[in-house]
Amino acid sequence: MTTVRQEGKDKIIFVTKEDHATPSNAELVEEDPDDPYEERGLILPSGEINWSCPCLGGMASGPCGTEFKEAFSCFHYSKEELKGSECLDQFRAMQECMQLYPELYPQEENKIPEANAEQTSEDATASDSKATSDPVQDSNSSQASSGSSLEN
Amino acid sequence: MLKCRTVWRKLAPLARASSTLCRQNVRRTGLHNARLPAHVPGAHMATGPGGGGRENQLYVLLVGATCLGGAIYAYRTVKGDQQRYDERIAEIASRPHRRTQQATTSVQIETPAAETVETESVPESEPQATPSSEEPSPVVPDAETADSSEAPEPIQEAPPPSEPEPAQLTEPSPAPVVESEPAEAESPAAEPSEPQAEVVAESAEGLTTEQPSPALPPHAPYLLIGGGTASFAAARSIRARDPGARVLIVTDEPDLPYMRPPLSKELWFSDDPAVTETLRFKQWNGKERSIYFQPPSFYITPEELSTAENGGVAVLTSKKVVHMDVRGNKVKLDDDTEISYDKCLIATGGIPRNLQVIDRAGDEVKQKTTLFRKIDDFRTLDKVSRNIKSITVIGGGFLGSELACALGRRSQDSGLEVIQMFPEKGNMGKVLPEYLSNWTTEKVKTEGVKVIPEALVKSVTCKDDQLEIKLKDGRLIKTDHVVAAVGLEPNVDLAKSAGLEVDSDFGGYRVNAELQARSNIWVAGDAACFYDIRLGRRRVEHHDHAVVSGRLAGENMTGANKPYWHQSMFWSDLGPDVGYEAIGIVDSSLPTVGVFAKATAKDTPKAATEESGTGIRSESETEDVASSPVASSIPAPAETHKDDYGKGVIFYLRDKVVVGIILWNVFNRMPIARKIIKDGEEHGDLNEVAKLFNIHED
Repeated sequence: MTTVRQEGKDKIIFVTKEDHATPSNAELVEEDPDDPYEERGLILPSGEINWSCPCLGGMASGPCGTEFKEAFSCFHYSKEELKGSECLDQFRAMQECMQLYPELYPQEENKIPEANAEQTSEDATASDSKATSDPVQDSNSSQASSGSSLEN
Repeated sequence: MLKCRTVWRKLAPLARASSTLCRQNVRRTGLHNARLPAHVPGAHMATGPGGGGRENQLYVLLVGATCLGGAIYAYRTVKGDQQRYDERIAEIASRPHRRTQQATTSVQIETPAAETVETESVPESEPQATPSSEEPSPVVPDAETADSSEAPEPIQEAPPPSEPEPAQLTEPSPAPVVESEPAEAESPAAEPSEPQAEVVAESAEGLTTEQPSPALPPHAPYLLIGGGTASFAAARSIRARDPGARVLIVTDEPDLPYMRPPLSKELWFSDDPAVTETLRFKQWNGKERSIYFQPPSFYITPEELSTAENGGVAVLTSKKVVHMDVRGNKVKLDDDTEISYDKCLIATGGIPRNLQVIDRAGDEVKQKTTLFRKIDDFRTLDKVSRNIKSITVIGGGFLGSELACALGRRSQDSGLEVIQMFPEKGNMGKVLPEYLSNWTTEKVKTEGVKVIPEALVKSVTCKDDQLEIKLKDGRLIKTDHVVAAVGLEPNVDLAKSAGLEVDSDFGGYRVNAELQARSNIWVAGDAACFYDIRLGRRRVEHHDHAVVSGRLAGENMTGANKPYWHQSMFWSDLGPDVGYEAIGIVDSSLPTVGVFAKATAKDTPKAATEESGTGIRSESETEDVASSPVASSIPAPAETHKDDYGKGVIFYLRDKVVVGIILWNVFNRMPIARKIIKDGEEHGDLNEVAKLFNIHED
């Protein structure tokens, strides 16, 4: 049973689980998938990689950013059976670069960039707080990698 | 140049002569052929039959001579240039010796306003520039390969020898190295972005000493003023979008960019006694991290900025920008160094406000007062709080309440008396609706804080080594130390020199929806008063906003032209039981509608709320409004009752449109909240909207 109370200009409603059991009839505006203003996930509508996606953390902007971009791009556009199999050189270059900065790229990250993105999510500028530490993260349901919230 | 012309003039007549000869021969040939078609010219060459033989030879000779002459000339020029270049290099290499004798008055990097190419004059500030501008070509190639604006070079001699030079020279030692890459020199075509050259590698100096550092880059394609969250977010964004970008952050703090929220929360809860040194904290997911966004290895030194192959982010610490010349696209630091830029971001944040009465109170009082914002303040407060008996926090907003709770927690062990006082009726009085503010205040009290609401400080004096705070209503509070958390004054020091507009309502630099103040100047973070397309002009002082706006500014600095659209959020924790996230305009003066999950035994583990004093209707007395919640509700009788605002959603309305939402103890729902605000629709029944949040689930 819903209870409603008014305290001056503030209204307070108490609802039970049953009260909220019926689906909402609130109308939300339809999303425009091509909205240029919206923050994008890892992959842009055009199919390109969004390097400023917070999910990548510092990967694309750090000292090994160039190597990372090359390796990941190669992987992303790879049409091979085993995706990315022709990108070994780029990945190797990236790994070599990363080994020079063990502080930034802790050595257990020897996986594909997607996994890397998740790991290095801690580098993300967004702070440490709860799930919503990275707001963009939340709003991007289509996240390729970090599907799980960032610093979760 | 002139030589070319003269030579050409000489050759021209020759050329003409030979061409006429050619034509004549052809004509003759034509005629002859026409008349003697039968005479198959077989192996004859271009020129006519028999009779043209001698002329033929002459012609060939002439052309041959011309070609030879040209070849010789070209060779000579190349050689000459090469020589001159070598000499120059040698001269430069010998400079460090001269340099060490010279005084450090060099600094004047600024001199040749970046536009003009002579920039490199820097250290010696002599007309060395001129000679350098003559050998742009040879030098250019080796310089910044990654520089986006590679202006077309005159003659491309591309001497390989120059390559190794910069390589060794970039070592953080003999500065002049840089000279060798008068890269800029090449583009007398005023490509201001080039001037990099003078990376003036007095290397470490920039970071460690305070000397006038001729080591600083005279030009930074991306200059970020301020080294906080917004600045770092922008740097990251720029680097992600502009490959090889060179970003210079100038900050007056001695630290690399770090995040502030843990300074008033997590760091206080750490068990590590060395936390003031390590500055590491445990995130809510259990993982530990430092408050610094990135360890030092992420950055390059300012000296390396101009020459690093793939660019990078350099941080210049303990340097303040005191003057900005927008017309000249350059800034001046407090040590008189000038740095020019292509794109500039102002992310200067702000400085904590102080109470007027304390400001005027004299040094004794001020020494016992902390204004909290930076790492140093955290260290000081941590130390102080361990050695005193009583501490008072003045201010009931986010920072004040968080600090009070943090100190209150400590007080359990140390017996420290923690007092919090503020003019409002309850904690977060300007943010939360009254009922919630009261509830929160009770929570804060359970954290061990003595809360004094409706307290207006009239004077603060120092007596017997203690502070005496006198309130307007006469109460007197004695305490050992005061923390003033009464707001932030946005730093707009550069407004005057840069000719930037300052907002009179909200303070801060006035910028448009794309965060731009003027061409090539953007502002982000606490200091930006921007136009929010959805919510109107505002200035936001939250961490996430700094991230979002910094990121956006970085994107726009690299050509994105996107307005502020993704709403930033903020959060606060007040002890283990209360945590909320909020988005949009959350101002307690707006009408609100709060939808809370009715407390069941399951939902209220420990959150038993005390009576709050304002009459609250009991749950049993219901208003059956399940079908028409909009119906006017009956005013609450003065009944005392326990209300548990355990979990819920609060909507802030402006003209019936939801402009702000607080998620009270419900998490992971921010995207829905963001969507509702973005829509900006008028919703008839907010209870229906609240359903979208599934507050009963975890």
